[in-house]
Amino acid sequence: MPAASAVSIEGVWKYFGDYPALRDISFNVEGGSCLALLGRNGAGKTTLLRILGGLSKAARGRVSILGKDTRASATRQRIGILGHGIGVYEELSAFENLSLFGQLYGLDDPRRTATEWLERTGLDRVRDGLVREFSRGMRQRLAIARCFLHEPSLLLLDEPFTALDDRAIAVLQDLLKSALAQGRTIIMSTHQLREALELATDVALINRGKLAYRGPRTWEMLEDPGWLYRHYGEA
Amino acid sequence: MKFLRQTLAIAAKDLRSEIRGKEAVNASVSFALVILLLFSFAFDLEPEQIRDIAGGLLWLIFAFAGTLILNRSFARELVNDCLDALLASPVSGAQLFFGKCLANYVLIIIVECVSLPVFAIFYDVRLPQRLALLFLVMLLGTWGITVIGTMFSAMTVNLRLRELMLPTLIYPMLIPALIGAIQLSRVLITGGPLAENFIWFRILVAFNVIFTILALALVEIVLVG
Repeated sequence: MPAASAVSIEGVWKYFGDYPALRDISFNVEGGSCLALLGRNGAGKTTLLRILGGLSKAARGRVSILGKDTRASATRQRIGILGHGIGVYEELSAFENLSLFGQLYGLDDPRRTATEWLERTGLDRVRDGLVREFSRGMRQRLAIARCFLHEPSLLLLDEPFTALDDRAIAVLQDLLKSALAQGRTIIMSTHQLREALELATDVALINRGKLAYRGPRTWEMLEDPGWLYRHYGEA
Repeated sequence: MKFLRQTLAIAAKDLRSEIRGKEAVNASVSFALVILLLFSFAFDLEPEQIRDIAGGLLWLIFAFAGTLILNRSFARELVNDCLDALLASPVSGAQLFFGKCLANYVLIIIVECVSLPVFAIFYDVRLPQRLALLFLVMLLGTWGITVIGTMFSAMTVNLRLRELMLPTLIYPMLIPALIGAIQLSRVLITGGPLAENFIWFRILVAFNVIFTILALALVEIVLVG
């Protein structure tokens, strides 16, 4: 029996002024899979992820997440987003940041959950330190904790490995593997093909706003990460 | 209950950030005090004349100083893309807006509470015996400034010239509320008859109710499109 679609995208268009950033994008993502969303800079990956996350609206077309509208509160409750910005407050401590988001996500015990995630990401020793005093790696680990805090069913990750230090990469890879093992769905845009393809079960390639390839990750892609761009990329 | 808890969490976050960073309150209080000082030297007025213009002077200062706080309200969410993190969370646009309104309201009231006694000292104005009523007018007028200012702060957050755009957009919108607050404050400070000016109180309340409802209904569209 095929797995139910966690994400359904039908005929999505998005314009910035007159420029079509996304052109008639349609595909589904099955529950429990990991989709690597690939494409050159400006291809439309971030725009598509923002629409999926309910942060932007499509000009045309329909998107549903777990069968519901992207802006429905119940949908957002089940999505974790890690974007270009770390999404945490400079003037709050690591613990205050995670407690705040725990409250916003309606967790039963936000303080306990925040403490647990600080331990999991190795930030428990600086739990009361203000984020403005953190190193870049510490901030990134805090952002990862914020994204996973409420145990989302769908993870939307925009360039998650970019500018991460070794420790943050290890933390994120472990969490992603564990999320997949628990049957969660991951959509990840990235330029780091090798890391992404090792984890991905499926691949989508976008060229200038159009879907150029959508299918399973194959052994050719794993052995030669440039294979997909050579066969389906822009001329 | 959950709605209220999440709304208060946003308000508390804004207040905590402001208390630690002191970005807006310091600028706003300094601005209010400098304007009060400059005006006290700029005009050589009789005590009666001062009482007549006191309402107008106070509310112009409150409105200008308040804008400095309102300008930072959504702009502080741009650092680290925190606005995206908030919008991605299950809180509604109305909760986000209302939480920010509460924080802005508290901060502007603090600025007003610092400015009012300074005004009384510089201008040698005895604060009215009806001080509680003046405070009620301050609460009502400030809510009007806060609702309009927070809404336009959300609308202008992604504009390059938001610091210029916010005052340009909100002052015309605030005219009914400011006129009402100025008239009521003048009557209270000069000791004039309140019953004849009750219409301004009703205008102020109606303004607040209408714009609060409008803002709560429209903020989701403003923030996400």
